Amino acid sequence: MSLYFLCFILFCVGLYSVLRKRNIIKIIIGLGIMEYAVNLFLILVGYRMHGRAPIFAKDQEILNMVDPLPQAMVLTTIVIGLAVTIIAVSLAIRIYEKYGTFDITKIRSLKG
Amino acid sequence: MSILLYFTIVPLGTAFLVTLLRKKKGISDLLAVLSSLYLFGLSLATAGLTKSHGVMIYKVGGWFPTIGITLVVDGLSAFLLVAINLVAFLVLIYAISYMERYTDKWKFHALFMFMLAGLNGVIISGDLFNLYVFLEIASISAYALVAFGVKPQNLEAAFKYTIMGAVASIFILLGIALLYSYTSTLNMADVAYCLSDKAKNPLLVFIWVLFLAGFGLKAALVPFHAWLPDAHSSAPSPVSAMLSGVVIKTIGIYALMRIFFNVLGVSINLLSVLMASGILSMVVGAFLAIAQNDIKRMLAYSSISQVGYIIFALGVGTPLAILGGLFHLFNHAVFKSLLFLDAGAIEYSTGERNMDKLGGLNNKLPVTGYTSLMAAMSISGIPPLAGFWSKLIIIVAAVEAGYIGYAIVAVLISIVTLVYYLKFQSFVFFGKLDAVYNKIQEVPLAMKTALVILAVICVMGGLMLTGTFRPFLEGASNVILSGTGYKQAVLGAIR
Repeated sequence: MSLYFLCFILFCVGLYSVLRKRNIIKIIIGLGIMEYAVNLFLILVGYRMHGRAPIFAKDQEILNMVDPLPQAMVLTTIVIGLAVTIIAVSLAIRIYEKYGTFDITKIRSLKG
Repeated sequence: MSILLYFTIVPLGTAFLVTLLRKKKGISDLLAVLSSLYLFGLSLATAGLTKSHGVMIYKVGGWFPTIGITLVVDGLSAFLLVAINLVAFLVLIYAISYMERYTDKWKFHALFMFMLAGLNGVIISGDLFNLYVFLEIASISAYALVAFGVKPQNLEAAFKYTIMGAVASIFILLGIALLYSYTSTLNMADVAYCLSDKAKNPLLVFIWVLFLAGFGLKAALVPFHAWLPDAHSSAPSPVSAMLSGVVIKTIGIYALMRIFFNVLGVSINLLSVLMASGILSMVVGAFLAIAQNDIKRMLAYSSISQVGYIIFALGVGTPLAILGGLFHLFNHAVFKSLLFLDAGAIEYSTGERNMDKLGGLNNKLPVTGYTSLMAAMSISGIPPLAGFWSKLIIIVAAVEAGYIGYAIVAVLISIVTLVYYLKFQSFVFFGKLDAVYNKIQEVPLAMKTALVILAVICVMGGLMLTGTFRPFLEGASNVILSGTGYKQAVLGAIR
């Protein structure tokens, strides 16, 4: 249970960083932290204490195995997270070229 | 039913070919238009097939459902597939001329095709995680398309959109992970089946909140709307038309409808939340739209307001209201993409988007002027046009269900909508022509074609309520009304 709780704290750290930080790079890092917290949660969902990989073999009887589906899902979400990070970082580079700053309070050519 | 597979394979294949043949000039236009025409035909064929077959299932890789991924098409999916592929086809025709102003047109076509693949995938997916993956394909290509102009404003808007969209996606993923841990399955019909066996659990409320926040952000419901006016007004016009017309509906409203109505099951509380947020979006969007001078920003705020109508109709939840909501969804896809394309045409001819500096363009740009008049009249609910009927149905349904106060607000907001579209028409197309614009010309043929076809659909849209088209609309609303009956329909079609 404490593992789930720590995972949730990690998620909140990421969310705090996205919502409160003014530096674009820190916001992107916050997104990454959130992403990894959810990945960790997915792994925890499928984890069994002392479980092993569910690989079928003739001479072995598997009594306690981890759920492989969340692991497959995590592989996919890592790739998706990579794509989002690439987009965000490349936008950050171009924004720095145009505005000369990473501070979001100074990047305000659009008004609501 | 292997035709379902082509909805994602064809656009992905086109994106690949466009990238491969990027050196040949003009080939990317041809490939993109042909493949979107093919997809439009396919979506019409699918709509016909769902009428005769009911629910259609494709098992990916031959794996039996609940283990493997399934693609599912029912009345609702077929309805949205037609709307998406229709708008995408016309937008691509328009883009043949419009995107000449940008370098590297093939990149636009490749990204557009990825977005189309993602949107079609979201609609046909019958598996929660698969839905998430397609949703991300559509969103990530949309982030890149918003930044396509690489001017400072485009980059800023795209960055905002990326962060908001990524946070929304993470909420949705967390919701899916929690739902998986609760039911040990990802197939949507099977999730609904497992949930019906289990007792109520507070965890489900948390999952609801996560999905509502996630899809609410994607659909730009009012507390989460801040990114939309920036992103939709900064993107190139064909992309704005696609984003406002189709993307927020597919990855926001459709996914919300599917998951809440068909998988989790609705309750009175959820319906009242939807109704309240719908009314709030309607009011806030409309009043912010009045204050805008930039044409595209005004249209973007108007999108927030019109999405409010759709969500409100879903919240009312009676059969008539849902029919009206879906009809409004289709109409909004048509007239909002038409208005964004018109805004693009104005910008193409004059290079100006500020309403105060324009005026009297009706003589110089007759096609743009009259098509945007049709769309503006339709969206603000002038009687014979499509938008009038859908708003009328929503308001009548709200009165019938006993929400008189909400219905009055909806009528008043409809009048406010008329006000800001009249402002748009009078500032841009009527009045005296500025001497600066004496030499401007009407837009090229490809752009005109797309505008005229959309305007015709806008005028004829009311016919959807009659005769041959009505079963198409009713088939979609029946899926939502059947609620968690979705699981029997899908699991029944497998065996």
